Amino acid sequence: MAITLKINGETKEIDAAPGTPLLWVLRDHLKMTGTKFGCGVAQCGACTVHVDGTPTRSCVLPHDALDGSEITTIEGLKGGAADAVRDAWIEDNVPQCGYCQSGQIMAATALLNENSEPSDEDIDAAMTNLCRCGTYMSIRRAIKKAASNA
Amino acid sequence: MFLRDIGVIPGATADGAAGLEKASLTNFSPIVGRRGFLGGSGVLVLGLTLAGCNTYVEPDVDADQFDLADPGKSPLTELAQGDATPGMWIAIEEDGAVKITCHRSEMGQQVWTSMAQIIADELEADWDSVSIVQAEGHERYGDQNTDGSRSVRYNFHRLRVAGAAMRHMLTDAAALYWQVEPGDCTADAGLIRNDKSGETLSYGNLAELAAKLPVPAEDAITLKEPDEWRFIGKEVPSLTIPMITRGEGQFGIDVDVPDMVYAVIARPPQVFGRTGKVDDAKALAVPGVLQTVSLPDPTPPALYQPMGGVAVIAKDTWAAIQGRRALEVSWRDGPNASYDSDSYGEALKETSRRKGTVQRSRGDVSAGMAKAAKTVTAEYYAPHLTQSPMEPPSGTARWTDDTLECWGCVQDPQETRNVLSQVLGVDKEKITVKPTWLGGAFGRKSKPDFMIEAAMLAKEVGKPVKVTWTREDDVRHGFYHAVSAQRMEAGLDESGRCTSYLHRTTFPSISSTFANGVTSPSAGELGLGATDVPFDVANLKVESGEAKGHVRTGWLRSVCNVFHAFAVQSFAGEMAHAAGRDQKDYLLDLIGEDRIIDPTAEGAEYGNYGGSPEEYPIETARLKAVLNKAAEMANWGRDLPEGHGLGIAVHRSFLAYVATVVEAKVSLEGDLSIPGVWVAIDAGTVINPRHVRAQMEGGTIYGLSNALYGSITAKNGAIVQDNFPSWRLMKMAEAPRAFEVEVIASNKPPAGVGEPGTPPAGPALANAIFAASGTRIRTLPMIGPDGTRLPLADTNDTDVA
Repeated sequence: MAITLKINGETKEIDAAPGTPLLWVLRDHLKMTGTKFGCGVAQCGACTVHVDGTPTRSCVLPHDALDGSEITTIEGLKGGAADAVRDAWIEDNVPQCGYCQSGQIMAATALLNENSEPSDEDIDAAMTNLCRCGTYMSIRRAIKKAASNA
Repeated sequence: MFLRDIGVIPGATADGAAGLEKASLTNFSPIVGRRGFLGGSGVLVLGLTLAGCNTYVEPDVDADQFDLADPGKSPLTELAQGDATPGMWIAIEEDGAVKITCHRSEMGQQVWTSMAQIIADELEADWDSVSIVQAEGHERYGDQNTDGSRSVRYNFHRLRVAGAAMRHMLTDAAALYWQVEPGDCTADAGLIRNDKSGETLSYGNLAELAAKLPVPAEDAITLKEPDEWRFIGKEVPSLTIPMITRGEGQFGIDVDVPDMVYAVIARPPQVFGRTGKVDDAKALAVPGVLQTVSLPDPTPPALYQPMGGVAVIAKDTWAAIQGRRALEVSWRDGPNASYDSDSYGEALKETSRRKGTVQRSRGDVSAGMAKAAKTVTAEYYAPHLTQSPMEPPSGTARWTDDTLECWGCVQDPQETRNVLSQVLGVDKEKITVKPTWLGGAFGRKSKPDFMIEAAMLAKEVGKPVKVTWTREDDVRHGFYHAVSAQRMEAGLDESGRCTSYLHRTTFPSISSTFANGVTSPSAGELGLGATDVPFDVANLKVESGEAKGHVRTGWLRSVCNVFHAFAVQSFAGEMAHAAGRDQKDYLLDLIGEDRIIDPTAEGAEYGNYGGSPEEYPIETARLKAVLNKAAEMANWGRDLPEGHGLGIAVHRSFLAYVATVVEAKVSLEGDLSIPGVWVAIDAGTVINPRHVRAQMEGGTIYGLSNALYGSITAKNGAIVQDNFPSWRLMKMAEAPRAFEVEVIASNKPPAGVGEPGTPPAGPALANAIFAASGTRIRTLPMIGPDGTRLPLADTNDTDVA
């Protein structure tokens, strides 16, 4: 019952049990471990990927419902906003442990793709991913920097 | 020419060095026979690197590795801080790549970068050539317990020596090659320059020759002067962050070894509850589930034992989680079946109302209270917390015959190895423990129970096993921060000055996790903010109460400093209010004259975080300096809008001094926002100010998040919370909008940084809320997992008589 998924522009053949969330297909089947497990209940956002450009929590997303969708993970994230976000993240030393940061970068890039000059309120609304290291202030500063450089 | 004849400079590109022919090395009495670097055995190439790969890369067994078991001929094995043999820490490859071994665990504190800064500075390396090799757990490295905010202070000197020793050897090698004096050669950014001829040789060119030279003794090594430092104290680019932004790097949960299977474990809800009847038929029917394995019931004390239960083994993590859901297990009650954290908390408060064990005493508190013009009394309560790193615990184990390899997110790979050896009855020499990156740790990953689980299961299953803790497992089966009650009493004179001070602290000790029957706190725990109180009052007493542990109690970022600082610094604000004085001015007066505090002179057993009192005295001048600095940064005393208030707190922990000012905005209904936070830290010599600022931001958010929302409770011995958001963390929208950190310039010995930002955050917030609203919050969490507002109506004003 293998199905195919389009991930980072490549077609991947998947042989996972029906209903297996995309997160575990990525991590355990495809060994793409940049997308992280944090809660399994769509609360923390560590597992954020883009599905047709929309930031989506992959831990509750059955992979077999994604036929025909374009899936982008941190490993394949590209484009002007992505570059600006990564550059700002590096310049400002945003990550600490880094575990939540794939998800933070996916969320921030999606925000800038939609809104090139986000306000603080826009950032609050879009950036709901949890970070236990407390990098929120750095993330806010870096998003603003990325917005001005994108 | 002599050295050109022996041709030991492969790939040399500098003038005159290229095209050398191989010849005999007999003139050199080499201390190593193999290619490689120093100290008795080589370390030119280490095959294991985490860089740039998402899956575990098998070590290249053919590559030369530093032989940790071979003491060699290094004269640097016994420095005060441990072994500084340069080959153990540094490998220079032929292309000039500098591979630095980091023996501490990288968990967000940027220890890869800071350890490399120390070595690379003395080595005079080119930063762009530096990468990190993560050390396995081995006693040769000395302390590897990445805990207690001490990576820099435990290693600063010896890593400088290691780097400098290798610089000397490279310089000596170049001098031999050019037939000049070493003093005529200068090391500079990965090159040795011949100051007479202007020629240069790269470290890569010189590596193999330098490896044949003796390691210099410590007294023959010149360390750089602080004004010559290029990397120490500088904002050097991170070695981890570029990888993180690409989703690279390997965390414990990312480990993948061939033929591995995946496990999740159903554990008894109570600590020392037992596994009863197991029916795994439905679990085995879940697609992808391979088998179940019952783990042995543990017996007290908890130590780092797995807590028993039933493991579900599957082809992927999801199948294992689904299999666990389908598993039918009846759990049997154990000795903690009646544990109810609410009634337990009330008992702690009762205990703290009675006279306890005196831990430090000055003057006569009772007599002082009797003479006081006013007395102030307050009780503070803080619940259990859980560390909650974003990466839950995860460990992977593989047996090959009777040898065991483990990979995982451990803070202390040596202790992990020791415990594996004890629990599994395997000789330590047959166990390898390889730390990955840690996706946060905060004390949770000091406890290697998850690695023991992996090793036990891998043995049973006969295949490599990765154990993943789900978030529910992490929240329900943790090593919790102690629940606590603090009672504070003070006597003030006519002018409002505190003349008598009593602090009673009651909480279950971490020691209760490691020994049966422990009901008293350790001196070490009391020295985290209680017995080291720096107040200049005539009569002072610190007492502790008895409390029994019913869950596994463990370290959490800054440990007992969290609740001690919350009580002591909130109470300073309450005394200021009772005295009708400004919080900051009152706190400065409480701290008093510039002097050194010695708790042992007043009967306290005080460990000072392992720092000597001579090198790391408790200096009130430094406390006051950070307090004044933070107040200045916040523009303390400025006019504030209606509903805004500033709160301040200052606390010394892990040998560093931190003051925090919080601005709170509180509506009449109790809606809270935090417009700004200002933090000043004096951590002595600082390796990278960016790292310190990040730890102050992170440590503060950790403290604020826990104070506002954090609460772990137990009913019938089982933890009530299960996942986010019943275990709630602060989010972006709730975080402070403005945040400024000032790192005080200092040439004093390096202090801790990872933890000291946390303790003052909670009380500074409580003091700010009081200033904004007139409500004094003494019970944590302030808002809790379900709340949206501060409970303004449920709290009372300071109890002044």
